[in-house]
Amino acid sequence: MRKVYSRPKSLKRNPFHYCPGCGHSIIHRLIAEVIDEMNLRDIVVGIPPPGCSVFAHHYFDIDMAESAHGREAAVATGVKRTAPEVIVFTYQGDGDLAAIGTAETIHAANRGERITSIFVNNAVYGMTGGQMAPTTLSGQKTTTTPYGRDVSLEGYPIKMSEMLALARGAVYIERTAVSSPANIRKTKKAIRKAFQAQIDGLGYSLVEILSACPTNWRMSPLESWQWIEKEMTKEFPLGVIKDVTGASDAN
Amino acid sequence: MSSGKTDTSIKGYIEVDQELCKGCQICISFCPKDAISASDKLNVSGYLTVFLNDSGQCTGCAICALVCPEVAIEVYRG
Amino acid sequence: MNGNSTIGEAAIRAGCQGYFGYPITPQNELTEYMATHLSRKKGCTFIQAESEIAAINMVYGASLAGARAMTSSSSPGISLKQEGISYLAACELPAVIVNMSRGGPGLGSISASQSDYFQATRGGGHGDYRTIVLAPSSGQELADLTHRAFDLADKYLIPVIILGDAMLGQMMEPVEFKYEAPEELPVRSNAMRGAKGHPSRVIKTFTSKPSELEEINWSLFRRYQLIKKQETSYEAFMVEDAELIVIAFGIAARIAKGAIKTARSNGLKVGMLRPITLWPFPSDKVRELAKKTKYFLVFEMNMGQMIEDVQLALEGKGEIFFHGRPGGVIPTPSEVSLIVSRLCYQKGLK
Repeated sequence: MRKVYSRPKSLKRNPFHYCPGCGHSIIHRLIAEVIDEMNLRDIVVGIPPPGCSVFAHHYFDIDMAESAHGREAAVATGVKRTAPEVIVFTYQGDGDLAAIGTAETIHAANRGERITSIFVNNAVYGMTGGQMAPTTLSGQKTTTTPYGRDVSLEGYPIKMSEMLALARGAVYIERTAVSSPANIRKTKKAIRKAFQAQIDGLGYSLVEILSACPTNWRMSPLESWQWIEKEMTKEFPLGVIKDVTGASDAN
Repeated sequence: MSSGKTDTSIKGYIEVDQELCKGCQICISFCPKDAISASDKLNVSGYLTVFLNDSGQCTGCAICALVCPEVAIEVYRG
Repeated sequence: MNGNSTIGEAAIRAGCQGYFGYPITPQNELTEYMATHLSRKKGCTFIQAESEIAAINMVYGASLAGARAMTSSSSPGISLKQEGISYLAACELPAVIVNMSRGGPGLGSISASQSDYFQATRGGGHGDYRTIVLAPSSGQELADLTHRAFDLADKYLIPVIILGDAMLGQMMEPVEFKYEAPEELPVRSNAMRGAKGHPSRVIKTFTSKPSELEEINWSLFRRYQLIKKQETSYEAFMVEDAELIVIAFGIAARIAKGAIKTARSNGLKVGMLRPITLWPFPSDKVRELAKKTKYFLVFEMNMGQMIEDVQLALEGKGEIFFHGRPGGVIPTPSEVSLIVSRLCYQKGLK
């Protein structure tokens, strides 16, 4: 018998504080696997957000620096322009990247900053208790839309990936999900491709990952994963939204 | 674990770290062989965990490890 | 050259490696100077950011990665930067922030004012922290203090604010640049560029343990005590025999100097204390002066901000008078002269 799966080296042995079934845990692990496989630990800097993943540095065994809410793209820009040899990625939630951080995200993409954004979309503000986020679905009940999101008052779920694809500096944008074995595998591939786009110096890359928040969705872990597959993907279709990297999918 | 063909019925097995497992049971729902079951024992954190049952059906496909949010599963394949 | 450009040239010569700014009157010449001269320098970065907020966060990122980083703005834009400055202070990251103040509050006016004193000296963002605040009063000081700002920031791992104003920014004066950094600057030892050869590090400002944050706060304040001891500076002009001492900073001090010379020529024993570091404020010098001098005239272009530091320093000794002009109105030396002579007459100082 040989061991075919164990914890990636770039992931510390600390137990996750995330809720059972939370997508953060999976995404952290996938990023750590990619860092291991691409040998990036020595030159990677991660910029985590305020939010449930503010403790990301407890889990990733890499250099990390917290940012103010929403400003990760600007912080990453400062790091990358100063030290272009560093591989820098931001790790942001939907409120972070698509509400308070919209300007910084769009302009970093527009300037083609050679950074990678991991955009964890769970349709709520998780850490603060489940308030409406820019990506909350129409009709979805949250603590600040207790009667369900009314698009005539609260606007429509925002499609950041599609919007960012218009930025000419953005070279690779894909939307995936961590809601099934197949989708988890695709997410890992997408993260790899996004990092590769940065290594190749091509421009801004982003992976939007639909992620479960069982606690704030008031569902069991399995139900929340199924809700992504059945409901979220209707509003946020999975797939490559933009790829001008010219790389094949052979990797 | 012995190598060789003496024990061909066991193709794979998993070890679930009982203190990392949070009992989300996603591994159980995705296991193609029903080789994982829910435990009735609480771990130190108060979660009802899962364990490899004695059906002997595990093939070491590692889907459980792929979906486990807690990185609680190590997979072995013969 | 004009004051704004002077700051730019001094910053480049001090080894500034990253400038992140945004257009706002009256400091645009500085941003434009950096666009022209810093952007082409090897290994250096110029970005006109999408907002003041983005700019300060780019400074945070650049400083994180080890650069001598700088941003500049004017009053309303500096308000936007306060969260970022709080983060820089919390993370002990060096940075230089230039405020060419204008009239406020609100969008205010584009003319010179000194109404950002509180914002600058009390740690204008949230939380308990301080930044070093330098108040230049001439073109030459814009150059010298810009260089000093970068050195102080690196020495104490603290953000440093250069508190100028619209007038200083526009004034054309001859300047001598006395310093030039070497072509290749060493990378700061705590720069974050990947965990090669050492355990992974984290730069963070959030903790779930209040006791941890308490210790961080105490540690910061121990450093502030050291800075107070070592870096407080001021100019004492004709104070030895003065019976009335004007206390003023920046452009106000420049204006007041003219009035003091006039007063002296009329036989009035007037002097001036000009704080150069607004934080740390030269409280000890004020207390020392109060041993021989009874009357102090605080003159600032605002509704009374530095006066509180003077009151704190005097602890009830002496008598303080105040002359202030807010809103971007520029007082003249003769206006100050009039106030000084009236005061001297009222108090029987002849």
